[in-house]
Amino acid sequence: MRRTGLRYLPLLLLAIAWELLARLELISSSALPPLSHVVVAWVDLMRSGELVSNGYASIYRAMTGLGLSVLVGSLLGIFMAWWRPLNAFLSPLVEIFYPMPKSALIPVTVIWLGFGDGSKILLIFLGCMLPVTIGAFNGARSSEQALVWSARSMGASRLRMLWDVVLPSALPELLNGIRTALALSFILLVSSELIVARSGFGYLIGFLGADGAYEPMFAVVLTVAFLGFAADRAFQAFMNWMLRWRT
Amino acid sequence: MSASAQIVVKDVSHDYRPPVGRVVRALEDVSLSIREREFIALLGPSGCGKSTLLYLIGGFLRIENGRICVDGRAVTAPGPDRGVVFQHFALFPWKTVKGNVLYGLERGKLPRAERETRAQAFIDLVGLTGFEDSYPSQLSGGMKQRTAIARTLAFDPQILLMDEPFGALDAQTRSLMQTELLDIWQKTRKTVIFVTHDVQEAVYLAERVAVMTARPGRIKTIVDTAFDKNDPQIYRARTFVDKVDEIWGLVREEAIKAQGTHAR
Ligand SMILES: Nc1ncnc2c1ncn2[C@@H]1O[C@H](COP(=O)(O)OP(=O)(O)OP(=O)(O)O)[C@@H](O)[C@H]1O
Ligand SMILES: [Mg+2]
Repeated sequence: MRRTGLRYLPLLLLAIAWELLARLELISSSALPPLSHVVVAWVDLMRSGELVSNGYASIYRAMTGLGLSVLVGSLLGIFMAWWRPLNAFLSPLVEIFYPMPKSALIPVTVIWLGFGDGSKILLIFLGCMLPVTIGAFNGARSSEQALVWSARSMGASRLRMLWDVVLPSALPELLNGIRTALALSFILLVSSELIVARSGFGYLIGFLGADGAYEPMFAVVLTVAFLGFAADRAFQAFMNWMLRWRT
Repeated sequence: MSASAQIVVKDVSHDYRPPVGRVVRALEDVSLSIREREFIALLGPSGCGKSTLLYLIGGFLRIENGRICVDGRAVTAPGPDRGVVFQHFALFPWKTVKGNVLYGLERGKLPRAERETRAQAFIDLVGLTGFEDSYPSQLSGGMKQRTAIARTLAFDPQILLMDEPFGALDAQTRSLMQTELLDIWQKTRKTVIFVTHDVQEAVYLAERVAVMTARPGRIKTIVDTAFDKNDPQIYRARTFVDKVDEIWGLVREEAIKAQGTHAR
């Protein structure tokens, strides 16, 4: 406990610096309101229920999009590694779409699915799928031949072997891909909500900012930053547990 | 001979075609018949194709030249009738010792409780009591090898294909494991193909020893080696010592040839 406390000491120093800079008016309070005011604004936002209802909308979109991308991406990657024709067909598509900035798809998804949840979910799904696919593909390809043989000689069918050997072999790279996707989902979520939405963290940030309500706006920004950090931490803990067989 | 043969290998050659580099001929015109319930050892210099032959019988590699039949049927795929102990163990790293040993039993017909008992019995047999919940990455080489042996023995295949199964063990453990294997072989009447580099081990365990030539591997000779396995003093017997010397000579010739081809 002491250790982790010490580890985040720089964060505390940054918070103090922030408060001092704002209080001494070294930076104008509209550019950077004092941290203490931001905290007060945060409490107000929580009380009014605005942060919770918008947060709920955002988390629902992110989790659904990410969940779909993990499901489809893992299956796609594993089957690509398993069946050459599928790989030959899909890998050029993956290569073209992978480096494309997915935020460019925001208007497209809106045209397709409108202003609601659907367009955000689709965007997050599309943006997050490829890192998962690539992780699953590389991981599945690295599965050792002898392990596949070993499972087959103990009576596992080809399909069974996919579950028993290829998936666990793919797990380290697959989980890394999902971790990247998790970070991406936050980026895509907030940017799409900033541009076109009627609810969510991004909408709230944009709305408050346009209104000149900088203190609550910073409160929302900090909330998103913290949630992103917490999600990554939790996922890392999950990964370590899943991969506990590696020393 | 072939009338009662269970495993028939006929004129089998095998080429490896790596994605880069040149084609390697690992086996050439190998023919071998193995009776049901026979214990045969395979000897030969490193790289002569012993593992390759085992993989072909196991059904892992495609048979492109020649034929292999097991129980009268051509081998086309792996199957639980042929249990394999791999040279490099091939344990599932994400499963514990217990999980690995249970794996082969999961596709059998035994009820769950019996699978557990059986797995535990074989873990005890190979002396890994207390390590049931360890992962392979936490085990020594010899412990991994013993886990692999327990895993294969546990699901009770009628044919055992063992690729240097005692290679990573110390002399004492090896001797204990030899006794256990012979005991299982005699009680459950399995057919065993046993690859080893240890001539004495081969002569002691097997009824016949097949000596292979340097790569591309062929069967150089097959020597009868049926000694009394229940005689603890057999190692000292004149006939035993002579047999070991004879086979040593054959293997040495091939090892020298293998060296020669490397030098070239
Ligand atoms: N996957 C592979 N690709 C290309 N060549 C291979 C491959 N596996 C084996 N070989 C070649 O085939 C030959 C026979 O290999 P194999 O593993 O069967 O030998 P071995 O008799 O089992 O040797 P050892 O006693 O060292 O285990 C070797 O000379 C090796 O060069
Ligand atoms: Mg070998």
